[in-house]
Amino acid sequence: MIRLERRPEPSRAWTLATPFVAVALTMVAGGLLFALLGKDPIEAIRTIFWDPLFGDFASYSRPQLLVKAGPLILIAIGLSLGFRAGIWNIGAEGQYILGAIFAAATGLAFYPAESWLIFPAMTLAGALGGLLWAMIPALLRVRFGTNEVLVSLMLVYVAEALLASMALGLLRNPDGMGFPGSRNLAQYPSAANPELIVGTGMHWGVVLALVAVIVGQVVMTRHQLGFRVRLAGQSPRAAVFGGVNPSWLVVVCMGLSGALAGLAGMFEVAGPAGRLGIDFNVGYGFTAIIVAFLGRLNPIGILLAGLLMALTYIGGELAQLQMNLPLAAIQMFQGMLLFFLLAIDVLTNFSFRFGRRAVA
Amino acid sequence: MSNIDPILLLSAIIVVSTPILLAAIGELVVERAGVLNLGVEGMMITGAVCGFVVATATGSPWLGFAGAALGGALLSMVFGILTQLFLSNQVATGLALTLFGLGLSALLGQGYIGVKGPVVPDLYLPGLRDIPFLGPVMFRHDAMVYIALLIVALVWLFLNRTRAGRVLRAVGENHDAAHALGYKVVRLRLAAIAFGGACAGLGGAYLSLVRVPQWTEGMTAGAGWIALAIVVFASWRPGRLVLGAWLFGGATALQLALQASGGVQIPIEYLQMAPYLATILVLVILRAGRAPGSLGRPFHASS
Repeated sequence: MIRLERRPEPSRAWTLATPFVAVALTMVAGGLLFALLGKDPIEAIRTIFWDPLFGDFASYSRPQLLVKAGPLILIAIGLSLGFRAGIWNIGAEGQYILGAIFAAATGLAFYPAESWLIFPAMTLAGALGGLLWAMIPALLRVRFGTNEVLVSLMLVYVAEALLASMALGLLRNPDGMGFPGSRNLAQYPSAANPELIVGTGMHWGVVLALVAVIVGQVVMTRHQLGFRVRLAGQSPRAAVFGGVNPSWLVVVCMGLSGALAGLAGMFEVAGPAGRLGIDFNVGYGFTAIIVAFLGRLNPIGILLAGLLMALTYIGGELAQLQMNLPLAAIQMFQGMLLFFLLAIDVLTNFSFRFGRRAVA
Repeated sequence: MSNIDPILLLSAIIVVSTPILLAAIGELVVERAGVLNLGVEGMMITGAVCGFVVATATGSPWLGFAGAALGGALLSMVFGILTQLFLSNQVATGLALTLFGLGLSALLGQGYIGVKGPVVPDLYLPGLRDIPFLGPVMFRHDAMVYIALLIVALVWLFLNRTRAGRVLRAVGENHDAAHALGYKVVRLRLAAIAFGGACAGLGGAYLSLVRVPQWTEGMTAGAGWIALAIVVFASWRPGRLVLGAWLFGGATALQLALQASGGVQIPIEYLQMAPYLATILVLVILRAGRAPGSLGRPFHASS
């Protein structure tokens, strides 16, 4: 008989080892699944994890690593704060879209004027867009006790519809021959978010993501907000007695994560994406949830997890081109990674005991 | 507005609400057992693809529905094993299940995009179908519409009139007490989760075999999440669940009818927001009743 026994305190070794074991198991299980589908498993794993960095076309795909990791890390840092406190913002995808819409609208309002003020204004607008969209589930939870998981998620679908209407209507490029999509912001110097160092993929959003990692780490370990978040997550009742206002915490955590998601959308629309199209959002907001968990809700961990997830995104695109795997297969891969992570996590808090239970 | 036929609209509401009702009744049982499975969307879409693949391969929509229920139940067992045996966080595991299901379904359905599936015939109900007004609204649908309502009725009976149902509710209210009384908490919850998966699978297959009817990636478009919201709206009671599903079906059917009629000058994108906004609105207006006491809490028989 195998049974679980609660450890006196969480195992530090397993906390650190879990993500690595999970990645290894995902590769094995994913390989088996690809084999079942009649694809060469070794080739699939190599295409997804190795080729983007060291394959024949690595010089094209390597800069993409930072381009894709930037928004993932930025969003995940915000989400991790709430997740630690038991506040579930699942609608980062919607906040990301709203950030992009607000920023693009601000930038396009000034077109074709040139001023150094436009880019900062867009940044603020992007943060504001995400913040406001996140305030809807936050305030509804605080005021009416609605479930923030469901509301923030519903708002993703609303945001997608709003995005479509903007791309087809208000923000459509007037010189675009009637095609949907806005003007290309990347070609509008005052609004563009350019590659800062050629060939690296580094842009302002990546810089901000790195800043967010550092600030996140400081807040979590040194600031009172981090203390309150951890307290609320571990024991909501103790937190209330300790003077933490739960409503305040919901608003702050949702607001921060919304603003960061909005910023991610802003840097994306002004840089790598360039324009606001119907298919602008590619699921960063959802993948960031996995990034946050894979990074153990810890800023440094999130940095590493973000890079790994970015790799699977690029690898997924390569696998689509070279092996005719659907792009969504990578989503399955990412979900599987989270499964393994959650499964192995049991070892952090419990240990396996073999044999019959001793008579107490 | 004037060129919307009320009979067609009401009949459309029944069809539109059926997949949501199926997924929601499954989740209701799961939550009454004290488990929060946020993976409904993932199980639904997996059911949609399994149902479509089996139905086109065999030519029988009924085998398709059976395959969908099986697919949904199998996928739900991933969630069951993780949350019940490995004691993982239910919110995170449910989200992972949704992401995994969306990916898996896209992979399975790769060769089926644009393929035409077998037709699900309407159930011929002589007499009933000819009742004026009520006939075309209620009694000219396919069998799944009635099976869904039957499942709801059976779940009500099970929860309120059988011993096993009372045990399931006890487990959901207080798993430690139920365990102390000798009930098998984990086994019961695994069974409930499998039932929830099967129902979500049926709901998904209804989308791909009847409502749309074809396979497209991501075709559930949030229906699983709406089902979760309806369970809250219904205060975990089967009767109110039907009402909730019809309400949301109504919002969707009405916006589709408005799109088709072309009589109103509202862009389609704004009409498409309607079901989601309606869900939020209802969550706000109608305070939910009390949730099962142990909902979402992990159970470990440590004593």
